Amino acid sequence: MTIEILGTGCAKCRALEENVKQAVAKSGKFAQIKKVDDITEIMKYGVMSTPGLVIDSKVVSVGKVPSVDDIVKLIS
Amino acid sequence: MWKEAVDSFVYETLGIGGRAAEALDFFIYDTVKIFLLLALIIFAVTFLRSFFPTEIVREYLSRRHPLFGHISAALFGIITPFCSCSAIPLFLGFLQARIPLGVTFSYLVSAPMNNEIAIAMLFALFGWKVTLLYIGFGLLVAIVSGLIIGRLNLEDEVLIKVEPVEGELPKCEMIISLGERLIEAWRYTVDILHKVWLYVVAGIAVGAFIHGYVPTDLIVSVAGNDAWYAVPVATILGVPMYSNAAGVMPLVEVLTQKGMLMGTALSFMMAVTALSLPEAMILKKILSTKLITIFFSTVAMGIILIGYIFNGVLG
Repeated sequence: MTIEILGTGCAKCRALEENVKQAVAKSGKFAQIKKVDDITEIMKYGVMSTPGLVIDSKVVSVGKVPSVDDIVKLIS
Repeated sequence: MWKEAVDSFVYETLGIGGRAAEALDFFIYDTVKIFLLLALIIFAVTFLRSFFPTEIVREYLSRRHPLFGHISAALFGIITPFCSCSAIPLFLGFLQARIPLGVTFSYLVSAPMNNEIAIAMLFALFGWKVTLLYIGFGLLVAIVSGLIIGRLNLEDEVLIKVEPVEGELPKCEMIISLGERLIEAWRYTVDILHKVWLYVVAGIAVGAFIHGYVPTDLIVSVAGNDAWYAVPVATILGVPMYSNAAGVMPLVEVLTQKGMLMGTALSFMMAVTALSLPEAMILKKILSTKLITIFFSTVAMGIILIGYIFNGVLG
C-alpha cells in the first residue's frame, strides 16, 4: 500500500504526516509513506485544498487533518 | 432580555455604578453574545460548505461564460473554505481548469473577505444590515477587481506554468455521510474558537474600556471627522491586522458607536480581511511582484472608493 501526503509544507500537512505514521503503526499494516510537496505533482490529483491524503492513487481526504482513528479506518 | 439580565447583575447584584460598572456591563454583555453567535455561525457555515468543496466549484466555474464567471466566483468565495496556506494550489488549480485569470482573482478577493469569522463577528456586533452591506460591497469589489485584472493581459506574470487539462478534470470524489459532516463542522468550530478566543476577549476588553472611559469627543476628533484622508488611512491601517480580524472588530464596534463614520469603518474592516500581507508573501512564490502590486492596489482602491461612497451617501 502506498500512502501519499499532498502538501506544500504547511503546519496542517505536518500534523497529517504525524497522524498517518501513527495510524500505520497502529494498524500494523505495511505501507509506504510518501510526501508530495511539488506543486505540479499535487495539481495532478485535482486537489486544491491542502493537505490532501492519497491512498493507492485515490484521493480520500482534502483540506483537513483526519484523526489517527479515521486514517486507520481508511487504510484497513 | 440578555441586556436586562446583565444590567441587573452589574448594577443590582454587584451594586456598583459609574464608569467601571458601565465598562463591566458592556464587557459581560458583549463577550457572551459574541461567543454564542460565533459558535453558531461558524458551525452553520462549516456544515454548509462541506457540500461545496473547492474541487467542485472549479468544475462548475470552468464551464461558465467569463462575465457570469466573475459573479459566481465571487459568490462561491462566500461559501467555500479559504486558508492562505491553500492559496497556491487553489490559484494554479483554477488556471489548470482554464478558468480565466480575472475570474480566479474575483474568487481570490472574495474568499478571504467573506470568511466565516468576519461574517460571524460582523453579525454579532453590528446586526444583519451592516453584515449584508459588507458582503454586498465585498462582492462588488471582488467582481470589479477581477474584471479589471482580467482586462490587463497579465497571464505572463504567473511564474509557474501549469499545463491546462485537456478534456476531463482530475476527479477527487469522496462520499461523506451527514453525521461525518456534522462532526467535522463541530471539530472545526472548536478549533477556530480555540484559535481566536483570546483575540476576541482582548478586543472586547479594550472596547469596553473605551466604551466606559474614553470621551466621545476625543474619538470623533480622531476617527469621526469627514476629512478626506480618514478612509485611505483606515484602509492602510487595516493591512497589517490580518490575523487579528476577530480582535479588531469589537474595537470598530465601539468606535462607530462613539462617532466613527460607518464608511470609514467598513473600509477598515475590508482592508483587514482582504488585504493580507501573509497571503501576498505566499502568492509571491507563483506571481510576479508586478501582478501582486496590481492585485493589491486594485482591491485597495475599490475598498477606499466604497468607504467614500458610503460616507457620502449616509454621512
